[in-house]
Amino acid sequence: MSQTTPTTPTRVGPGPTTWTPGKVGESDRRPDGVPKVTGEFEYSSDMRLDGMLWGATLRSPHPHAEIRQIDTSEAEDLPGVYAVLTHEDVPGRKVYGMEIPDQPVLAWEKVRYQGEPVAIVAADHPETARRALEKVHVEYGVLDPITDAEKAVQEDAPKLHLSGNVLRRIRILHGEGVGAAAKADVVVRGEYEVGMQDQAFLGPESGLAVPDGLGGVDLYISTQWLHIDQDQVAESLGMDPDQVRLTLSGVGGAFGGREDLSMQIHACMLALETERPVKMAYNREESFFGHVHRHPAKLRYEHGATRDGNLVYVKARLVFDGGAYASSSNAVCLNAATFACGPYEVPNAEIESHMLYTNNPPCGAMRGFGAVQACFAHEAQMDKLADELGLDPLDLRIKNALKPGDRFPFGQEVPPPAPVREILERVKVMPLPEEQEVMGRDLRGLPGGVSNVTHGEGVKRGVGYAVGFKNIGFSAGFDDYSTARVRLTVEDGEPLVEVHTAAAEVGQGLLMLQAQIARTELGVEKVSILPADTRVGSAGSTSASRQSYVTGAAVKLACEGVRERLFERAREELGEPPDGLSVEAGNVVRDGRTVVPLAELLDGDELEETCEYHHRETHPLDENGQGDVHLQYAFAAHRAVVEVDVELGLVRVVEIATAQDVGKIINPQALEGQIEGGIAQGLGLALMEEIQVKEGKVLNASFTDYLIPTILDMPTVKMEVLELADPEAPYGLKGVGEPPTIASTPAIVAALRDATGLELTRIPVRPEQLAGVSDGPPLPDEPTPGGAGYAEVGRLDGRRET
Amino acid sequence: MVELNFARVRPEAVMDLTRVPELREWGTENGRLRVGAGITYTRVIRELGDRLPGLAMASRTVGSPQIRNRGTVGGNLGTASPAGDALPPLYVSDAEVELASVEGTRRVPVAEFVKAPKRTATNPEELISAFLVPEAGGPQQYAKIGPRNAMVIAVCSLGLAVHPERKEVCACIGSAGPTPIRACEAEDFIRGVIEEEGLWESRGELAEAALGRFGELVSEAARPISDVRGTAAYRTHAVGVLARRTLGWAWNEYRGGI
Amino acid sequence: MRLNLTVNGEQRETDGVWEGESLLYVLRERLGLPGSKNACEQGECGSCSVYLDGILVCSCLVLAGQAEGSEVVTVEAVSGDSGLHPVQEAFVEAGAVQCGFCTPGFVVATHDLLRRNPEPSEAEVREALAGNLCRCTGYEKILDAVRRAAARGEDAPR
Repeated sequence: MSQTTPTTPTRVGPGPTTWTPGKVGESDRRPDGVPKVTGEFEYSSDMRLDGMLWGATLRSPHPHAEIRQIDTSEAEDLPGVYAVLTHEDVPGRKVYGMEIPDQPVLAWEKVRYQGEPVAIVAADHPETARRALEKVHVEYGVLDPITDAEKAVQEDAPKLHLSGNVLRRIRILHGEGVGAAAKADVVVRGEYEVGMQDQAFLGPESGLAVPDGLGGVDLYISTQWLHIDQDQVAESLGMDPDQVRLTLSGVGGAFGGREDLSMQIHACMLALETERPVKMAYNREESFFGHVHRHPAKLRYEHGATRDGNLVYVKARLVFDGGAYASSSNAVCLNAATFACGPYEVPNAEIESHMLYTNNPPCGAMRGFGAVQACFAHEAQMDKLADELGLDPLDLRIKNALKPGDRFPFGQEVPPPAPVREILERVKVMPLPEEQEVMGRDLRGLPGGVSNVTHGEGVKRGVGYAVGFKNIGFSAGFDDYSTARVRLTVEDGEPLVEVHTAAAEVGQGLLMLQAQIARTELGVEKVSILPADTRVGSAGSTSASRQSYVTGAAVKLACEGVRERLFERAREELGEPPDGLSVEAGNVVRDGRTVVPLAELLDGDELEETCEYHHRETHPLDENGQGDVHLQYAFAAHRAVVEVDVELGLVRVVEIATAQDVGKIINPQALEGQIEGGIAQGLGLALMEEIQVKEGKVLNASFTDYLIPTILDMPTVKMEVLELADPEAPYGLKGVGEPPTIASTPAIVAALRDATGLELTRIPVRPEQLAGVSDGPPLPDEPTPGGAGYAEVGRLDGRRET
Repeated sequence: MVELNFARVRPEAVMDLTRVPELREWGTENGRLRVGAGITYTRVIRELGDRLPGLAMASRTVGSPQIRNRGTVGGNLGTASPAGDALPPLYVSDAEVELASVEGTRRVPVAEFVKAPKRTATNPEELISAFLVPEAGGPQQYAKIGPRNAMVIAVCSLGLAVHPERKEVCACIGSAGPTPIRACEAEDFIRGVIEEEGLWESRGELAEAALGRFGELVSEAARPISDVRGTAAYRTHAVGVLARRTLGWAWNEYRGGI
Repeated sequence: MRLNLTVNGEQRETDGVWEGESLLYVLRERLGLPGSKNACEQGECGSCSVYLDGILVCSCLVLAGQAEGSEVVTVEAVSGDSGLHPVQEAFVEAGAVQCGFCTPGFVVATHDLLRRNPEPSEAEVREALAGNLCRCTGYEKILDAVRRAAARGEDAPR
């Protein structure tokens, strides 16, 4: 192995971002917008340091196998290779995981999913690293994979983990449960299935680990939660957390897929071993194996109602495939169970939610987090019920809409505001897009687009509705908090507020939001947001639509603390009476009259406050599935208009209309962006996005065959935004990121049903289903490269030398 | 290039042909067009759209502007993927592929050139220099199925050409078999119908039933498999629908309507 | 191998290039121009869009050696000395940027569209930008940005 000299290059990353933000409620030009349009913004994959090495990961080609032997010697001998590491080299805890540490940093004894990391290398060029991986010889004893969650639960199924194959099981009993069935005049049943969706963020996993020369390491990383990464990395490196310092680098989207670790521990291990900076950057194929996905689910439902359309009971059995490791499956299982009935008043319910280990790819967090799968099923059921009762599907929903003071099936009282009825009524009255003649229309306005499949033939229009909801913030007793450090100082004679949090900006606009709050609370034009890192306390995760609420509240709290100290100073030094002071445009003001400019009052001093905001306590479910589980609920309703070529099963979504309650609009343009972007991901799940897995192997790990919507697939979005303040939340706001993704999918599927008259119980809906063509023979066992339509990339074991 | 990026192949040598000007030229030769293998899809659309409308329609469905600016018909031929969009239009116009080597050049009918998925009649020392194809003598169509409305590899496709000069209608199925497949029975059937009813001369309407039967026969000619992009049953069904529709459009155009 | 090319008007030379490297890799890792992004490396996402001899291409699909002697213009050169190009200005204003990973590709592709077609219809915009994937915005604000940039009408080709 090559000899290296210890180097401790220092990295000069981007500094604070300083600008004059808008106030709360205003659209603002995002401060990272300019560097992002010029290409100067530094993403984690853009980082470079002199003497840097490239890390790469050897992954299991088998979904389930024993590891009999790993021979790294040949790889180590390759010129340009600096380290080859396996599980034996993990210095600390050999497993990691957010909820349950059950996932090997590097596999030993067994691999439990295709793509599981087995060995890592560091080399002087990515190609050298790839060649080194091919020289690592792993002897596997291939085992039969468990790929069906329903089979994993059977007594005789081999146990994938010591704890068995059941990751979590939740049962909620509400009212008389199915005992109330006798009171129902009408019963509808259905079985639904949701495929495995991928977050498909555009910036693949990447990061740079830099040894500090003193035994510690600095990691520059794109993630959703710096501190949970820090804890897990330190634990596996056998270090104190303060020896592992993390700094957020540019994040190319997240959507839940960056909540778990990917290359964090690996890059640090390689950097510490080689005493050189090590960059790891997955490519698109590896990214599909490098993060968790949305859980596939099978959902069995029974809804009973009175003849006039009042829900009597719901029985639901939800089965989720958690894949090989736990990730955040526990919480997904809980969410799905608690959202299983939808935002409706249901007097009696029996809900079972099962989360199982299999040898499929691990699943975890993705935008919507368990509520997505449940919503697809409960909304299909509501349409079915409306059909059975001869009622308008929207009226049935309005009739049963939850309202404040009702009880959820899990016993919690519905907190205000809960405008389910209002948002449904809003989408009901929004004008429908005019029906335009299809024959002879421009191809780009028809299903199939320029592929020229129809000139109007077979095209039918359909309209569908759905409503969904989502909990905001972490639930079930988790101490969910964020930390903000706010410093008021004077720079060049002008007051400046510096805000420092560890909250991950992943594209949503959190920098703006923090600055807007600081500007609003401290009346100072110039705000500086420091890079997010672990030198300040945890901000919690950029997930569960929680950062506006929780980090927003922490920043607000810290600003209020600084402001209070300002006023104290004004009282002490100027003898100002305590009441009626405010700050505006850089001055302490009373009744619109300047009392003193901030710069003068500070007189060269700085005022700094660090505050933690903990949201109100929540509680876990008890054995009957009852408890005050969630913090806040956000609701959105959608109406989809589609045109379907019913002969070919191809679709053009004409328009999505939505109404969403956001409590308070903090930044109108950023809010619209969240709603439109969330709907695009909902559209993807409805129509095209699925990781296809056969016998535990992924068949389409590429953007050639994992399709996400293009600009020709995404329609115009009409939106109405309600601002019904939540009295507990900062400014009354509600989280906005997830609700758009939840009901948009079932609304589109409802519209497809309306156009075709088909039942459509599985998403994504494939052209085969819509065209009513039977499935034909199953997929062949081993796809042969070059066959008709086979993916050319996407198989880990398909490498060949030529 | 994708295979290189993902370490699927490590060729010993790669030759850049983009700088050979002869490969980027087109002209006429004995009444046929001779089109250099290095002509990009963008140029096919822009420069040959009126002469080779079917190929231009197919080119428009290839990838994105970025891909069409760089991708070539020659590349599509060399890859010989059954999903290659340029292939069905070449099949229905009985194109020939020109292969060049130091020994000289030879020309091979496209249907003989494409042997199997990713296998062609090219010898190791040969390169694809051009293809030869008659200018369209009548309406042409290309239609392709993909699960989203842009940027898709064909689940299946159909190329169709009406040849009034030789009183034939040709149809070729893409991506529903190991190679593109000419639907000969369907072609024979519709030629018979048109002849019998004197439609070449009268430019009369093709009956719905005839269009329907044509579609059925095209479906019968397909030899698809199921894979991640679509099932065999769907492909069989869809090529039939495309055949019926594209013949309808092309025939209407022949009649002088739209 | 050694590679010579003109990038953003400047003659550049780089040594030790592995023959299998893409133009994208060379730009990002050897020439210090990471603005072109590596989201898919298979021509599906457009995030690596650059001009190669004046033609819009995916730099991930160009073998580095093929760019020998060529002229490459990347997103880094879209803005001039006088500040942002109107296309860039419009993307910032319209809120067309979220995570921003697709943005450089969209900027270059929009620049190319507007120099070819200064007043595109909505359908033309959609067709021209279909090879650029965005996962954050749902494309509404991107369409808005293109409309704004076109409306400025001062979009001089480079």
